[in-house]
Amino acid sequence: MSTKPTNVEEIKKELIAKMPTKVARKRAKSILPGTEMGEPIPEIQSNVRTIPGIITQRGCTYAGCKGVVLGPSRDIVNLTHGPIGCGFYSWLTRRNQTEAGPDGENFIPYSFSTDMTEHDIVFGGEKKLRAAIKEAYDTFHPKAISIFSTCPVGLIGDDIHAVARTMQEELGITIFANSCEGYKGVSQSAGHHIANNQIMKHVIGTDDDTKIEGKFKVNMLGEYNIGGDAFEIERILEKCGFTLVATFSGNSTVQDFRVAHNADLNTVMCHRSLNYVAEMMETKFGIPWIKVNFIGAEASAKSLRRMAAYFEDQELIDRVEAVIAEELVAVNKVVEEIKPRTAGKTAMLFVGGSRAHHYQELFKELDMKILGAGYEFAHRDDYEGRHVLPNIKVDADSRNIEELEILPDPERYKPRKTEAEMARLNEKGVDFKGYEGMIEGMGKNAMVIDDINHYETEKLLEIYKPDIFCAGIKEKFIVQKMGIPLKQLHNYDMGGPYAGFNGAINWYRDIDRMVNTKVWALIKAPWQSTGPELEATYVA
Amino acid sequence: MALLRHTTGEIKERSALTVNPAKTCQPVGAMYAALGVKGCFPHSHGSQGCCAYHRSALTRHYKEPVVAGTSSFTEGSSVFGGQSNLIAAIDNIFTLYDPEVIAIHTTCLSETIGDDLRQISQKAIDDGKVPTGKHIIYASTPSYVGTHVTGYANMVKGILKGFVKKTGTPNDKINVIPGFCEPSDMAEMRRLAAMMGVDITMVPDTNGVLNGPLTGKYEMYPNAGATPAEIATMGDSKATIGLGRWATTEAVNYLDSEFKVPGKVLPLPIGLKATDMYVDMLRRLSGKDVPDAINFERGQVVDIISDYSQYFYGKKVAMAGDPDQILALVEFVITLGMIPAYTVTGTAGKYFDERMKELLKDVPYDCKFKCGGEADMFLLHQWIKNDHVDLLIGNTYLKYIARDEDIPLIRHGFPILDRVGHQYFPSVGYSGAMRLMEKFLGAILDREDRDAPETRFELQM
Repeated sequence: MSTKPTNVEEIKKELIAKMPTKVARKRAKSILPGTEMGEPIPEIQSNVRTIPGIITQRGCTYAGCKGVVLGPSRDIVNLTHGPIGCGFYSWLTRRNQTEAGPDGENFIPYSFSTDMTEHDIVFGGEKKLRAAIKEAYDTFHPKAISIFSTCPVGLIGDDIHAVARTMQEELGITIFANSCEGYKGVSQSAGHHIANNQIMKHVIGTDDDTKIEGKFKVNMLGEYNIGGDAFEIERILEKCGFTLVATFSGNSTVQDFRVAHNADLNTVMCHRSLNYVAEMMETKFGIPWIKVNFIGAEASAKSLRRMAAYFEDQELIDRVEAVIAEELVAVNKVVEEIKPRTAGKTAMLFVGGSRAHHYQELFKELDMKILGAGYEFAHRDDYEGRHVLPNIKVDADSRNIEELEILPDPERYKPRKTEAEMARLNEKGVDFKGYEGMIEGMGKNAMVIDDINHYETEKLLEIYKPDIFCAGIKEKFIVQKMGIPLKQLHNYDMGGPYAGFNGAINWYRDIDRMVNTKVWALIKAPWQSTGPELEATYVA
Repeated sequence: MALLRHTTGEIKERSALTVNPAKTCQPVGAMYAALGVKGCFPHSHGSQGCCAYHRSALTRHYKEPVVAGTSSFTEGSSVFGGQSNLIAAIDNIFTLYDPEVIAIHTTCLSETIGDDLRQISQKAIDDGKVPTGKHIIYASTPSYVGTHVTGYANMVKGILKGFVKKTGTPNDKINVIPGFCEPSDMAEMRRLAAMMGVDITMVPDTNGVLNGPLTGKYEMYPNAGATPAEIATMGDSKATIGLGRWATTEAVNYLDSEFKVPGKVLPLPIGLKATDMYVDMLRRLSGKDVPDAINFERGQVVDIISDYSQYFYGKKVAMAGDPDQILALVEFVITLGMIPAYTVTGTAGKYFDERMKELLKDVPYDCKFKCGGEADMFLLHQWIKNDHVDLLIGNTYLKYIARDEDIPLIRHGFPILDRVGHQYFPSVGYSGAMRLMEKFLGAILDREDRDAPETRFELQM
């Protein structure tokens, strides 16, 4: 293992040295070292506008709303109102797996669009949107239709919410709209918030007639079943005796959302994308939430223990311990086999809004070292912990993202625990509404970079030469051209699941293969690595 | 259970809803075209989601780096205009990434608000944001007009507008505008010209850019593509050949009207007849003879057709894709004795219907075809539900229909997200025709082998 540079401040200077002054000054605020456990965490600049031309990894609000949060529901027709591109690019490109069952509905392999043309831009697209909804209804008979606006829709002034209302009256199914124009906010993040608001307003808790059987009822928030992650989590929860009411939104249905208010605990996987619903459900229905992490065997065990502790049922607690013990046998066997080949190797992770943190657990289980990490679009609370929330100022670029005012539901608000119980459970480590963020514990030699760009990525790779780099499809082949393996943490390079215990085993094996592959040794042809042609001097 | 379980054979008239499109939007075509210029940095003037999607689409298709910038519009710039975003972007790009050229295209956002690229580019130059000897070129690519093929055509014209000059000293070269096709196709067009001894200028040329080697070093600007200096000379060329009506007509006409370089638009040289036209046009424009080596390759194509016609004859094909690709393919499958039963392209154009009618006039089958708005893969699937076909040709999205209906799929066009080959092996030229026939036959004969009863399972075919 080569020695890696450790002085974050020096390296930071190098990263920004060539940038125009204003750009350098701005970027400097988004680059800082990690901290040791318990140390004060410095403020990181995040969730601010992207610097034009810098080559960001970021996408847009539409992607965060349609592509991420609402797209994975299998029985809702998700209709893109815009020119064809947005609907095309979000068509099957995220690996939200779905299992419709023998009689179920599944629109995931379909892309629905109003395919706006010049005529619609000039004369408005509401008429076409209405017609498209009617055609979708007549052809597919879905239980619900969700409309997503794209950049031009807001500019030309189409009122998609009015269209949704009138069409809902006409057709008698749930129809709601999302004003997730790509230019809103500064990243995918605004789209998460918009999706949270609309699903809260129009769907969650709209069915009080269906009774949910089962003990220990929970929802899983911010889990999108990439590569089957949610299937593995479902397997474990079922084995432990929990009842999963709804997953937001991997392999989900509109009915799951309608009855989600029956759960007694909300568990949050991806804090960034679904914390809004978690908060609003607590206010409206009295359901507490805790942060969980099913990425990593140890993290999974810890999350299960906290979930069991919340219900304060000894049988459940014992069952969870038994499941953990049983599952860890196979996990430990694989870790022991693989760790000698991965120990001491180094990794960097620059991904989305949650995985750059979650996956550090899995690397640590392989005894690998994290040299740096960062998010595309997370906010300060995801970096620094939720305790900074009161100090976060919403800037001009994000101010127009609606904040819903939620009040306790007069009939259905039912606190699941008394304040005293909550306090007692908190002391036992259940940690309601707690999220410590990514930075703490990364150590002062690790780089933390928000909204990393191509220039900084290339520099970092030159300086650190990590054994593996984690990012997405846009970075993958750039990094691999340099002879460094890139693990995609959005689509898992078509692997997975990586969540839960079986997921951890899949991960260990994939990382072993990637950091120990022989392909990088093939880059030089024999004639490129030999010296002068001494052998050619042979004379007969 | 079927993957596309909600698709039935009951076809209802649609006028507003597109389901499973056989097209995407303009800017990705423009981004692709810009990558065919050496030292060029594509830039998307819009909100950043478009750029991320277009880079991802091209990257998934090629498994290669695709780098581009974006103006990263916010709500403010969407209301007040994107000038300051673009000028800041130009400054940052030249400072950090040092390209020879920035090729700017637009999105539905900047087009709807009416940003003027010519004016903003001029301002960037006047403000000293463009270093001496460096260039910015641009093309307007509104996503609500046409498709990705239109975007390609617009950027090719933008490239020519940015660089082509007339010096008054004619050269003996032929301009070739290769259309929306693969790097491997561009290389094959070049190879045929070289075999004939014809000196060509090809713009754009993505060979070597989007099918490059792994060397251990990342090159943001690979040593490939048409150079600005080379493009500049196109106004002095003898003639222009455009390959593909949708993708190249604009460029061919531009060179003709601005520089009096006469041009011909031919079909993409897919299959025997279209390749004949390309070779013959090179011959006529250059005055050079077609060498024996090319006649030999052509003869091999005819030989394969004759050897295997019993397996091609009467097989029904369904196709989805881009119009230039599709029209050439339709002619080729007819040449092979197959029936192009159902054809859709999301890209509209009156010529498509006219040409299809002409191609199909002697085909003894009631073939269905449609282009534009609701000519999507959903409609194609419905047609197939009503009457089965033997072969599917098109991009990766057809694999869902292929599995549901148990029809072999030949992957062709854009995007191919799940197989290798398109970036390395051509489907144009005689060698491309041989490769396509190999793929068609492989699929057809594998199916015969799979389905044959024991008694009819044959060693030879």
